[in-house]
Amino acid sequence: MARVVVNVPAEAKKGEVIEIRTLAGHAMETGFRRTQLGELIPRDIIRSLVCTYNGVEVFRAELHPAMAANPLLSFTTVATESGTLEFRWTGDNGFSATEKASIKVV
Amino acid sequence: MISRRGFLLLGVAGVANAQLPPNIAEIRKAALQEAIGKVTGNAQVRKGRVKLDIPPLIDNGNAVPVTVEVESPMTQADHVKAIHLFTERNPQPYVFSAHLGPRAGKARVAARARIADTGDVVAIAQMSDGSFWQESVKVIVTLSACLEEGLI
Repeated sequence: MARVVVNVPAEAKKGEVIEIRTLAGHAMETGFRRTQLGELIPRDIIRSLVCTYNGVEVFRAELHPAMAANPLLSFTTVATESGTLEFRWTGDNGFSATEKASIKVV
Repeated sequence: MISRRGFLLLGVAGVANAQLPPNIAEIRKAALQEAIGKVTGNAQVRKGRVKLDIPPLIDNGNAVPVTVEVESPMTQADHVKAIHLFTERNPQPYVFSAHLGPRAGKARVAARARIADTGDVVAIAQMSDGSFWQESVKVIVTLSACLEEGLI
């Protein structure tokens, strides 16, 4: 299981724009590098990140080999109601990781 | 008879020729234009509204902090649908495509990119009314993200 970290404020005012930061531990092998013997190292990257807020998709990103290793993505969303934010990363070679964060909206 | 030095130079030139097509710059430019065309459907892309924040001088191309911010009220009627980032000199022009909606509140996405060589970095925003806006920044890279020969 891959190590992923998300940073979501624990509490927010209703209607406030909150910043969400996500980080996934992954080498993001580009598929362009070679070993010392000249063989291509096959591509192995995270291809997408989807963020849902109480089941509704609020952010989605497609990633390419030009994303740095351990892809960090930071974005914003409006705190509408208390609940959970779910993050799902998917990638090559069946890579999949999910993380949940709960938020209290006052 | 060929001198030892001449022979070595020939060898070096031969390796370089075998790995780099001479018109690599044009190939990369064409790939970038094609990638942008794919995203925009060859619609007109205007300059402005997008703010691309990237260091102009990059020490290490392996992890370059990039922030893209787009001027938009982010309402149901007028919001940013997507933000795309491209680089000119990478083996592939794509970096990321982020899809937002009115629930984002603010059109701001930050990430870290790999940048292979000195050249343009282009951010394109797709608005809900179908218009496209861009900003392009020229960056200088001192340590490339892909040091392998034949890539840059």
